[in-house]
Amino acid sequence: MRKLLSAMTGLAGGMMLSGQALAQEIRNPAEEWEHLWDEVMLDITVIGVIMTIAAVVMLIKYRATSPDQVGTAKKLTTVQSISFALIPASIFMADDFYLAANGWTVWNAYRRVPENAMEVKVIAYQWYFEFEFEDGTVADGSDFSAIKLPSDQPVVFRMTSEDVLHSFGLPHYRVKEDIMPGRITYIWINTTKEQTTAVLQCAEFCGDSHSQMSNPIHTVPRAEFDAWLAVKADE
Amino acid sequence: MSTPTTTAGHAATPAWKEWILTTDHKRIGVLYLVGAMAAFGVAGLMALIIRAEQMQLGMQIVTSGTQYNGFLYFHGAAMILAFLIPGLTGFAANYFLPLMIGARDVAFPRINAFSVWLFYFAILLALLSFVVPDAPDIMWTGYPPYSVTTSANTSMYVFTVHLLGFSSILGAVNFLVTVIYMRAPGMGWNQLNMFVWTTVAAFVLQLVFIPVLAAAVTLLLFDKYLGTHFYDPSAGGDVLLYQNLFWFYSHPAVYVIFLPAVGILYDVIATMSKNRVFNYKAAVYVGIWGTVGISGIVWIHHLYISGMPDWIRLGHMVTTLLISVPVGILTLSLWGTLYKGAITYNTAMMYAASCLYLILIGGLTGIPLALPSMTLHLSETSYVHAHFHFIMALFSAFALFAGIYYWFPKMTARYADGPLATISFWLNFIGVNVTFWPLFIIGKEGMPRRYWDYEMFKDVKVMGFYFEDFHMVATIGAFTIALGMLLQTINFIYAAFAGKPAPTNPWNSKSLEWTHTVSPPGPGNFGDTDVVVDENWSPYEYGK
Repeated sequence: MRKLLSAMTGLAGGMMLSGQALAQEIRNPAEEWEHLWDEVMLDITVIGVIMTIAAVVMLIKYRATSPDQVGTAKKLTTVQSISFALIPASIFMADDFYLAANGWTVWNAYRRVPENAMEVKVIAYQWYFEFEFEDGTVADGSDFSAIKLPSDQPVVFRMTSEDVLHSFGLPHYRVKEDIMPGRITYIWINTTKEQTTAVLQCAEFCGDSHSQMSNPIHTVPRAEFDAWLAVKADE
Repeated sequence: MSTPTTTAGHAATPAWKEWILTTDHKRIGVLYLVGAMAAFGVAGLMALIIRAEQMQLGMQIVTSGTQYNGFLYFHGAAMILAFLIPGLTGFAANYFLPLMIGARDVAFPRINAFSVWLFYFAILLALLSFVVPDAPDIMWTGYPPYSVTTSANTSMYVFTVHLLGFSSILGAVNFLVTVIYMRAPGMGWNQLNMFVWTTVAAFVLQLVFIPVLAAAVTLLLFDKYLGTHFYDPSAGGDVLLYQNLFWFYSHPAVYVIFLPAVGILYDVIATMSKNRVFNYKAAVYVGIWGTVGISGIVWIHHLYISGMPDWIRLGHMVTTLLISVPVGILTLSLWGTLYKGAITYNTAMMYAASCLYLILIGGLTGIPLALPSMTLHLSETSYVHAHFHFIMALFSAFALFAGIYYWFPKMTARYADGPLATISFWLNFIGVNVTFWPLFIIGKEGMPRRYWDYEMFKDVKVMGFYFEDFHMVATIGAFTIALGMLLQTINFIYAAFAGKPAPTNPWNSKSLEWTHTVSPPGPGNFGDTDVVVDENWSPYEYGK
C-alpha cells in the first residue's frame, strides 16, 4: 500500500513539476532494479516452493495400490467451486497489484530524467554507434573503442537510427531501449555512484554483425573526460 | 498403423495412395505428426549448431554471422510454426478431438485434407531455405526495416506464414463447426474433455488473430518487393506498426500452443489419477476462457523496450500481471486433480508430472517480465530466452510427448512404454534443466539473445565463472536432449511395429476415444452404432 501511494503521489508530483525547476532527488534505477529483482524473486520462490511441495506430496501420497483403485475426490459443491476460484483469484490479484505498484515506482526512476543530466545524442548504424556530445564533438564508435563519461553528472542518451532497429543495452546499469529510424527514444543512467567499465551492446537483432556491435563505457573523473573529449574533438 | 484398410465402397488402393488421398481425420492427424516431428528434427539440429557455436568464444562452427542468423531463423520459425502448433492443433486435435466428442469425422473432411497438404507445402518451402543462396535471416519475428532492407529472401518467410495461416484458419473453422454441431447426442458443454475445450479456445484464437499476422507480413512483402512504405518512416510509415501487428497475433499464438498442451495434461493426469478434474467449471470458464479474453490485450509486453508511450507500457503491465489469475486457476485445478487420486506411473504420467515442474518454472519466471521496469534490463537477454523455452518449448513439447505415450496404444494397439522410453525421458528431463538454467543466470547479468559471440563479456564473471563456462554447460545439456530425442524417436518407430501389444483401453479411461473404439479406430470410428451419452456421463467420472 505504501508503495502504491508513493507511486501515485510520484505520478501526481511528476505532473505538477513538469516544467518547473525544483530541486530533484537523483535516483539510482540500477540499484532500485536489483532491489525489485530480490523482491520479485522472493515472491515467486515462495509460490514455487509451496506449489512444488504440494505436487510432490500428492504425487507420492496418492499412488495407486492396485490397478482397480479409483480416485476418491468428492465433487465440489457450488459454494466450494466458487470459493476455489474467487479466493485464489483474489490472492493472485493482490500479489499482481503489489508487484505492479513496486514496478511502477521503479519505472518512474527509469523514465524521469534528472534535470542536470548531460545529453548525449546516439545515432545507430549497421553495425556501430555514434555519439554526439553537448559541445558538438562526435565520437565514432565503429572501432569498438571505449566511450568515456563523467562520473559527476547523470547522462541521458537521446537515440535514433539511420538504418534498421538497434537497441542501446547497458546491462551494468540494468537498462536498454530500442533505437529506431524515424523516432527518438531515450534512457538515462546514474553515473555518479561509481567509476566503472560497463558493456554497451546492441540488443535488437540487426543482421550479420549484430553480436559485434559494442563499446565499453568508462565513467571517469571530470578532468579525464574533458581530456578525452578534447582528443575526440581534434580527430 | 501402416496396415492399409479399405474405406467403405472403395476397392483396395495402394497404401501410399490411401495416405495421400485420405480424408480420414485420424490419418490426417498422423500426417501432421510425421510432418511436425520432421520439422522438430531439423529445427532441433539447428539448435545443436547454435549451442555448439556459443560454447566457446569466437567462430568455430558457422562460417558467418549471416549463416548463424539463418539457422536461428529456421530454428525459431520451424519450432513454433511447424512443430508446436501443427503437433498440438494439427496432430492431437485431428486424431483425438472427433473421437472424444463421439463424431465419425470432422465437419469438412476434404478441407481437412487440404489443410494438412498446405502444411506440407509450407514445410517444403521452409526447407528450401537450405538450398537457396539467400536464405531468410530475419528471425521468426521478421522485424522491419531489417526484413525489408536485407538482401536475404524475406518472401520465403512471408509465403510460409501465408500457407500455415491458411491451413490454420481452415482447421479452425472445421473444428469449431465439428465441436458445435457434431457432438454425440446428449453431450453437453460441461461434459467435454479438457483437451476439447482447450483446442476450441486455441482455434478461436487462430481464427480471430491469424488475419492480423497475415496482414502484417503481407505489408512486409509489399514494402520489400513492390516499393510501398508501410513500415518506412522516411516516407511516412512506421516501424512500430509491424511489431504491434505481429505481437497482436503472436502473443495469443503462445496460448494457441500453451492451451492444448494444458488440455493434454489434464486428460493424462485425470486418467492416470482416476480422478475427476478439480473444479472443472472454474478451469474451463475462468481458466481457459479468461486466458483467451485477456490474450488480446497484453501484447505490449513484447514491446516494453521498443519505445512505446509510457502509459501503454504501464497499462499492459497490469493486464499482463492479471494473466496470472486465469493461468493460476488452471494450475490449481491441475494440482487439485491429483488430490485423493489413485496415481499410476508410466511414461505418459512421468512426462505429465515433469510438466507440472516446467509450468511452474516457466510461468513464475515470466512474472518479472510482466514488469516493464524489470524488462528494461531482462528483455533480449538469455533470461527471456530461457523463460519462453521453459513455458512454450519445453512445457508444450513435454505435454505433447505425454500425449503421444498416452495415445500410442490407441493409434497402434501397442505400448510405447519400456526401458528405452524411460531412459529417453530422463535424458530429456535432465537435459532441459542443464541447458536452460545456466541461461537464466547469465541472462540476468546481460548475456544477449541472438548473439553467436559474446566477446564483450569475456571478463564478466557470475558466481565465480565466466559466461563461456555457463555456455559450455548449456551445450552439454543440449546434446543430452539430442541423445534423448534420438532414442525416443527410435523407441516410437520400434514400438509402432514391434511394441508390446496393448488392449483397447489400457489405462481404464472413461473418455470416449478409449471406451467406444477399437485400436486403431477404423473408418467412421465407432463401428455400426452411433455414440450416445446420457446427462450423467463424464470423461472423468471414475467414482461409479
